[in-house]
Amino acid sequence: MLRSERLRVAALEAVGPYTLLRLQRGGLDPGVPGQFFMLEASGRLLPRPMSLCTAPGGELGFLIDPIGPGTRALCALRPGDELAVFGPLGNGFRLDVERPLLVGGGIGIAPLPYLSAALGGPPAVLGFRSDWHAEAAALVPNAEVCVEPTIVTELIPEGVDVLACGPEAMLEAVRRLVPDAQLAREAPMACGYGACYGCAVEIGGELKRLCVEGPVLEAA
Amino acid sequence: MILNASGCLDALTAPDVARALDAFVTKTVTPLPRDGNAPVRIAETDVGMLNSIGLANPGIDRFLVRNLPELAKLGVPLWVSVGGFEADDYARICERLDDHAEISAIELNVSCPNVESPAQSAAQIVAASRLATRKPLYAKLSPAVPDVTEVARAAREAGADGLSLVNTIRGLKLDERTLRPVLGPAVGGLSGPALKPIALAAVHACHRATGLPIVGMGGVQTGRDALELIAAGARHVALGTVLFGDPSAPGRIRAELAVEAAGHGWARPEDAYAAAHAELLPFQAILGKRSRSTL
Repeated sequence: MLRSERLRVAALEAVGPYTLLRLQRGGLDPGVPGQFFMLEASGRLLPRPMSLCTAPGGELGFLIDPIGPGTRALCALRPGDELAVFGPLGNGFRLDVERPLLVGGGIGIAPLPYLSAALGGPPAVLGFRSDWHAEAAALVPNAEVCVEPTIVTELIPEGVDVLACGPEAMLEAVRRLVPDAQLAREAPMACGYGACYGCAVEIGGELKRLCVEGPVLEAA
Repeated sequence: MILNASGCLDALTAPDVARALDAFVTKTVTPLPRDGNAPVRIAETDVGMLNSIGLANPGIDRFLVRNLPELAKLGVPLWVSVGGFEADDYARICERLDDHAEISAIELNVSCPNVESPAQSAAQIVAASRLATRKPLYAKLSPAVPDVTEVARAAREAGADGLSLVNTIRGLKLDERTLRPVLGPAVGGLSGPALKPIALAAVHACHRATGLPIVGMGGVQTGRDALELIAAGARHVALGTVLFGDPSAPGRIRAELAVEAAGHGWARPEDAYAAAHAELLPFQAILGKRSRSTL
């Protein structure tokens, strides 16, 4: 059953170039880390898919990079505003891992704070393009941070269970290094619940819907 | 009756949404499986969205074995959308659907903007399909032709029982920064509010030209939009892009439609059928003229 509610904005916090949009949770379940929600973007036709970043008591937090009209509209919300939200959607991370290492790049760190909380604060390695972007690392406990030209895959030791989210190139590098990593991927999405077939990505040699099969996929 | 536009809902992943409809229309089924077009497949525009999915579907064999039995369990009347490249493709699929009592109607998608156009005309496709099935046949037409009523008339002569109006029309979006096409195949089908006046025009004209039952679709966001399509001559209304952002749209729009119809003095929404074609009473004509002259 798809759960949809109008949620009220509790607060917005600047985190480097990003905005942490904190919503009063209402009756929505935060779901499993790595799952996502569709957020109404005021004045736009389509909602925007956002993975859950933080889930403190009574709230749902989303880390948003204002890169287009929809994300800019979300970052322009004010406390007290309301927006339609539905979810949680898709498949999140498997949490039955022995030696978890969280790997994140840029805005791809968005699902990691909630994931970290669910796993009891495991080590994390995070890569950013600038010190300003790296301010978002404060959201992830126990994190080692690097800034370009150092890349995050240089910080991954052997023998760990990797749970990663970040740009495609980073995920591909992680996959080559750790073939059984869990990777949270991203694709443009109109609906988030399997209706539009817009978010197709290649999975096992076939084009499949990321919202239904993912967004977290086993690398192998 | 409120349906979904083909390709805008997967009843198996969202059965509750499908059950809120009066009939579920499948994604277009083709003779062979299709992966669909390379990503990127969707892009939002200022007043709509573009898609270039490219008829991704399991093909008729797997559809019949795997999907149809599951769809039949939903308890919602089923319409199957059929696609192909030759009139024969359509006819062969129609023939295989004909024996399935769980299928209420067939929609012939002769107008997908994201694959090569069928080599044959809509009328040839309808004629070949007519010979292959006794089920009600709806021809889904593109408004991107010089005169949609010509195609509609030809479809009726070839044996179509109804029309689905309209399919999306081709559009292009360029990336904000790179000025390159956003979509993988460059162009895609435009849907959403931008399509509504085009859909209204096609429904209005084809109702007058053919009198056939019409499933009106294109940019329906609200009950008011649905009422306008009915007034223009649609017997049924299909929801497309609105389902993406609002899975509760079937129930919401049904309720809004009832309120809108009542607001115009109609007991039921269907009483508004073809109201846009009604002759104006003399005093209405005078009022109309007066209001125009004061503009």
